[in-house]
Amino acid sequence: MAESELSSLDASVGLTAESLSPGRLAYRRFLTHKAAVVSVFVLALLVLWVLLSPWTARYGVNEQVFDISKGPNQNLPPADFAWFGTDIIGRDVYSRVLYGVRVSLIIGLASAVFSLALGSLIGAVAGLKGGLFDDIVMRVTDVFLAFPFLVALLVVRNMFGAVGWITVIVGQPSSIRFMVFLFAVFGWMGVARVLRAQVLSLKEREFIEAARALGASNARIIIRHLLPNSIGPMLVSLSLGVVGAIVSEATLSLFGYGPDPGTGATSLGLLVAGSKSAVRAGYWWLALYPFAALLVITLCVSFIGDGLRDAFDPKHGGGR
Amino acid sequence: MDPVLSIKDLRVSFRTPAGTVQAVRGVSLDVQPGELVGIVGESGSGKSVSFLSIMGLLPDTATVTGSAVVAGTEMIGVRADQVRSQRGKKIAMIFQDPLSALNPVHRIGAQIVEMIQAHQDVSREAAHSRAVELLDLVGLPQPDVRAKQYPHEFSGGMRQRVMIAMAIANDPDVLIADEPTTALDVTVQAQILEVIENVRQQLRTAVVFITHDLGVVARIADRVEVMYAGNTAERGLVNDIFAAPNHPYTRGLLSSLPSANRERLKPIIGAPPNMISPPSGCAFRARCEHATDACASAGTALVRVGATETSCIRASELQGSRQ
Amino acid sequence: MLRYALRRAVWLLPTLILVTFLVYVALRLGTDPLASYRRTNIRVSKKKVDEYIAANGLYSGAFGYVRGYFQWLWGFITLDWPRSIKGSREVWPHLKDALANSIRLGLVASMVGILVGNAFGVLAALRPGRLRDTLVNSGALVGLAVPPFVSALLLQLLFAVYWQKWFGYALFPVSGVYPPGHQGFDLFLMIKHMALPVVVVAIQSIAVYSRYMRASLLDVLNSEYMRTARSKGISERRVLVHHALRNALIPVTTLAFLDVGAVVGGLIITEGLFEYPGMGRFFLVAYGNGDFPELMPWMVVIIGSVVTFNLLADIAYAKLDPRIRLG
Repeated sequence: MAESELSSLDASVGLTAESLSPGRLAYRRFLTHKAAVVSVFVLALLVLWVLLSPWTARYGVNEQVFDISKGPNQNLPPADFAWFGTDIIGRDVYSRVLYGVRVSLIIGLASAVFSLALGSLIGAVAGLKGGLFDDIVMRVTDVFLAFPFLVALLVVRNMFGAVGWITVIVGQPSSIRFMVFLFAVFGWMGVARVLRAQVLSLKEREFIEAARALGASNARIIIRHLLPNSIGPMLVSLSLGVVGAIVSEATLSLFGYGPDPGTGATSLGLLVAGSKSAVRAGYWWLALYPFAALLVITLCVSFIGDGLRDAFDPKHGGGR
Repeated sequence: MDPVLSIKDLRVSFRTPAGTVQAVRGVSLDVQPGELVGIVGESGSGKSVSFLSIMGLLPDTATVTGSAVVAGTEMIGVRADQVRSQRGKKIAMIFQDPLSALNPVHRIGAQIVEMIQAHQDVSREAAHSRAVELLDLVGLPQPDVRAKQYPHEFSGGMRQRVMIAMAIANDPDVLIADEPTTALDVTVQAQILEVIENVRQQLRTAVVFITHDLGVVARIADRVEVMYAGNTAERGLVNDIFAAPNHPYTRGLLSSLPSANRERLKPIIGAPPNMISPPSGCAFRARCEHATDACASAGTALVRVGATETSCIRASELQGSRQ
Repeated sequence: MLRYALRRAVWLLPTLILVTFLVYVALRLGTDPLASYRRTNIRVSKKKVDEYIAANGLYSGAFGYVRGYFQWLWGFITLDWPRSIKGSREVWPHLKDALANSIRLGLVASMVGILVGNAFGVLAALRPGRLRDTLVNSGALVGLAVPPFVSALLLQLLFAVYWQKWFGYALFPVSGVYPPGHQGFDLFLMIKHMALPVVVVAIQSIAVYSRYMRASLLDVLNSEYMRTARSKGISERRVLVHHALRNALIPVTTLAFLDVGAVVGGLIITEGLFEYPGMGRFFLVAYGNGDFPELMPWMVVIIGSVVTFNLLADIAYAKLDPRIRLG
């Protein structure tokens, strides 16, 4: 039929566009998302500032701005010697926010990386293998996603905390290692769903069939074809995972189930938790600055995630 | 006889981030009552866009100028509600992909009833029984049962019949069929063509049949309009176009058709031009083996050469050299 | 339709039993009801402890868990619920009040979220890429990025603490359903107490629904049948309502059903911060005390609601979308 001839001509029309690799195209589209680009810079600046805390912080984590013998040092509003004011035992809020952000970023990144690895593996295998394993994985994630998140988190936290060998490996429920473990256990489900869907749609495409026909093994298909094609959704999941873990840590801390403040370290969650009573007492600086730091992180990551989504999946971006 | 559809110097352009795309660049065409005109061209030649613009179905980014009169009513440059009042009544349209052209959540009957009640003051019951008649007319078995079903319960060919029934519900003067058979199997294609032919004969509806399939055009059209890069390249009666094409593009299209007495297909080399900055003169000259310097300043006016009208300025000399 | 609903409903009970069993095991492992009983009631006699174990069926070993579960289940069904660890109270009256408070707060908040959010979503989708779309889209992104505890504490700081400082009175109270010591019903006071929690929850749900509706409607607006609908010459209003919204509402309705089902679980963070005596706070207190006899009925209510509304969501979906095969 003439039809096939003409449609091959149609196809050639598409080739007149500059040919760029998908990665470069995504990168270009990302750059058009202004909020996302600004967010990358803001976040990079924040991370740099926090990483350089030996120089950027003004006091130690538990150091008082001045000795109590020189006058009252507690709950002082912002001043020259303490830009963000002081807390209930006279420590510098600015320095503590820096240390807190550092710990929270570590928790967020570590949890996100672990859940990404776990989720990608489970999702890819579930998608490729299908069958019973797939059914079980999807039912488990269904149940957890339907449950109120905090309830599930708290119940599972206690359950793991009661299992001896788990606490030997990841520490007591109030340790940071345990938090990372807990968030990884919860975080993989979203990633697994995304990756499974990706695998299922890729499985239908011809180049995977071709690879199979050429005798490629499952492992090879995952590594050579599926993972590179899933890089976009995985990046989005990673960014959401970081924020999810940071916010979860803060929420747990708020109700007294976060990291143990007795260990001397701090986290954004502990700072936020400390602000709960400070708010009622009117010490706004104890709430505002930790909140601001938290919001900078969540907002930046949201916009970056949005930019990534648009970049890798332009049809869902909807005009901007 | 007065034409039921008269298009004069129709121009359509789209604003896009990359620039203004000149999709249609001055098309004129008359369609007589009961006539079946085939519009042929590649994707992007402006054939669908021309008729969508007459229906007023283009997005806000489109700018339409010129004139298109349907049974005495101007459709271009007039108020939106004037266009709307004619749409579905004097001029109706069926689309390429019947699988996605029907609303999945409404019953077939209700979708036809909606079309009838939009333009006729009749009761729901009367409209419904008319819908069943229409489904019968387009050859749907058990039309009364089928009317109560949802689109997903129909095959592609059946859905296209439903689309036709809906389009002719208000006995329009003009039916625009935008590649109605492209998405269908070959055997189903033939049935749909037959339905369209029946409709034309029974209702005396003029049909504009948009396609890139010359084989289909040869089968059903009275006249053919070949479009290239937003202009008419050649027009004529279907037999004349097939027997003695005068535009090199038409000849290219024909020689890329497979046929029994030819051993090799000859595809047209190259791709259609970029319509953001279309070339001056004859748009086909970059792909044309007969192009000369004069083609760069050629106009788009149609000249009668032999039995057809063509925009190719070298048509008569080429015709001479071929004989 | 009815057959479909019934066939799905048959699965309700087995699902409930399976999930409550899993929760039973998780809670017994996690809260160690015996230890929390001893912790809360120091110097309790051996006899009392034995009574407590018998009442709750806290037998050890794998078989003990199964036996304990069925004993608990029987007691639950026959309304013979064990008393709470802390204060040895009856659980039901307390749970009932919490449920009523949560449903009231949750329904108001979801209604606001669903109505406003969907309206924003529609406004955005009708003019994609324009100013109002950008506003809704980035507003929703910001709304989602603000954790509820941040907005809760900031609102408290502003409307209670600083309002008090500047104007001499607190505009909105920050805790409870009524002021301490209040007796009887008072709609105005109730609304005043609910205002801030509702705002906190609504920020999130407006963001969720506006994005969801926007995406859903954009999807529909770009579909072929919208062009068919317009080609009929019907009014633009009818095209939007009868064709676009009718289709766009299908996924949104499903989400709304799931959300309403979750209302019963309370809004744990919000209720916790506003000391609002709903299901969320009930859970936090019971969890803090390791109060097994209070946690189990709470869980049953939650699981029952989630499972039931999941079913309702599926039925609504099937009802709205004829493409879903009911066979």
